[in-house]
Amino acid sequence: MNILNLIKIAYKSLMRNKMRAFLTMLGIVIGISSVITMVGVGESSQASINNQVSQMGTNLIMVHRARMRERGVSTGRDNVQSLKVKDVDLLAKNAKYLSAVSPVFNANAQIINGNYNWSGSIMGGNTDLMEIRKFELATGSNFTEEDIKKYSKVALIGHTIVEELFDENVDPIGKTIRVGNMPVKVIGTLKPKGENQMGEDQDDILIMPYTTVQKRILGIDFIHMIMGSAVSEELADKAVEEIETLLRASHKIKDGAADDFEVRTQAEMLEMMSSISGMMTTLLTAIAAISLIVGGIGIMNIMYVTVTERTKEIGLRMSIGAHNSSILLQFLCESVILSLIGGLIGIILGLLLSYVISIVQGMPFIVSTSAVVLSFVVCAATGIFFGWYPAKKAASLDPINALRYE
Amino acid sequence: MTKAILQIENLTRVFQVGAEQVHALKGVTFSIEKGEFVSIMGSSGSGKSTLLNIMGCLDTPTSGEYLIDGVSVRERTKNELADIRNRKIGFVFQSYNLLARTTALENVELPLIYNNKVSSRERRERAQYALEMVGLTDRMSHTPNQLSGGQQQRVAIARAIVNDPVIILADEATGNLDTKTSYEIMSLFQELNEKGKTIAFVTHETDIATFTSRVITLRDGNIISDNINEAKSAIIALEEFCK
Repeated sequence: MNILNLIKIAYKSLMRNKMRAFLTMLGIVIGISSVITMVGVGESSQASINNQVSQMGTNLIMVHRARMRERGVSTGRDNVQSLKVKDVDLLAKNAKYLSAVSPVFNANAQIINGNYNWSGSIMGGNTDLMEIRKFELATGSNFTEEDIKKYSKVALIGHTIVEELFDENVDPIGKTIRVGNMPVKVIGTLKPKGENQMGEDQDDILIMPYTTVQKRILGIDFIHMIMGSAVSEELADKAVEEIETLLRASHKIKDGAADDFEVRTQAEMLEMMSSISGMMTTLLTAIAAISLIVGGIGIMNIMYVTVTERTKEIGLRMSIGAHNSSILLQFLCESVILSLIGGLIGIILGLLLSYVISIVQGMPFIVSTSAVVLSFVVCAATGIFFGWYPAKKAASLDPINALRYE
Repeated sequence: MTKAILQIENLTRVFQVGAEQVHALKGVTFSIEKGEFVSIMGSSGSGKSTLLNIMGCLDTPTSGEYLIDGVSVRERTKNELADIRNRKIGFVFQSYNLLARTTALENVELPLIYNNKVSSRERRERAQYALEMVGLTDRMSHTPNQLSGGQQQRVAIARAIVNDPVIILADEATGNLDTKTSYEIMSLFQELNEKGKTIAFVTHETDIATFTSRVITLRDGNIISDNINEAKSAIIALEEFCK
């Protein structure tokens, strides 16, 4: 008995019960498609995170003020004044592993242009901030050292703010807008960057010289944070060590005492976000895999019913000369065909679904070859595993009893 | 001398039912020669089904010798028995046992599927020829539910002859049919017999047995008579019945 005949027989038997075959297959279809979708979406979001982080600059290093604790309770970092402009100067002068460094101030203010107004976020930095944060100019030019010295009322504005404050076809360069009560001249616009992984709009930003933000808006003498670029991504860890050593020395922190600042690299952020999304993917895939097992049990159940129902047919096939192995293979073939076709449909459906999700979520669409191949193997294995026992039962029937079975 | 297709010597078959031993066959001896049309008669419990199962290589005897076409079936593996059934025996059952929702042609092809030596083209040709032999040339693509009982049994007979067996074993083949259709089927068997087929026909109806040329009667596991008769023509019986 050759394999082609076997497949033909199995196929014909399945076709005699189309609805049942379809419903049995559905279990596998749902199982496989959800596994494929989950793995696909997981990989897409991973790629999206990587993309985002490289946009932020993979060699970005941030120095925050340390969070304060009062009697064991963390009170945040709002009142901590541990970072000063002189720290930035120190790092700029002495840090070998930093290619650029800037003080950073964050503020929120009403930004007004004529009838338009927008509550936007404001960032203050030095001339290197643009490069550190990987912002690029769309039009106009960056502010200068001169502007920093003079606390100049000039700003670079992000795409969202351009859209909110200016009519189409109006060139914002040279226009004066108001930040709070202060008139500010727009000297440049930024290229759009889109949303980051947290869903924050990176184009809702207005950049000014840090002195302007510090003195004219905030009126403080400490700085919010320091941002810097490591010479290269590989040297980021070295740069962190160097910053810690330099700042501890300058802040006169004794050995064993806690730092009054925190150094973070973008790589750490990446790892953290990846591990969260990876955990979610694993969890969802595990749930999807359970539905695949349920689908497999569905196949087993139906194959049992089929064997009982077709006892007479089995008896007949044996009486006209079918070997036990032929019967075994016939039923095994049926369950494998069911699970493979189900798997194929599931893979297509899953890819389609993950495509739609990635489009909706604005993530890159990635076909995971390993997931597709693995699903196919799992399908075949499911068919054999769950089909084996019913097939074995069919093959071990006694032809005399099977022929008499009513 | 004509060749013995089937030789049975002192055949016994004992079933173990719980603690009790049931002697279904108690030493049966006979032989069937090529071209014979034999009916095996007996009431229920006489052992005729057991005998048929053994003759059909579905069961093996407890003791005694059984040779089919000169080959002993004792000490055979299941697969060897299956091959003997596939090449040397054609079964016709009381309830036809056709595969539902499968065309007549595919039903007839079935035994040849289990024979690797037959190509798919030869299989089709032989199945068509077998259906012609039973007079169903125009019903080849019909499924069993589109056929009458008599036609279904003809398909079953076609399936039994498609592998060109040395003997056709019919088990109450007219049991589910009305008298007229029974006569039609018997006349088909007679026709096949005239063409040289050897047929063993198990029945409990004496009426049907009169169409065969030899009647072996069983009772309680023993042969009580083995007579040669003048076979009545089924066609004439059919004509008389229709009048």
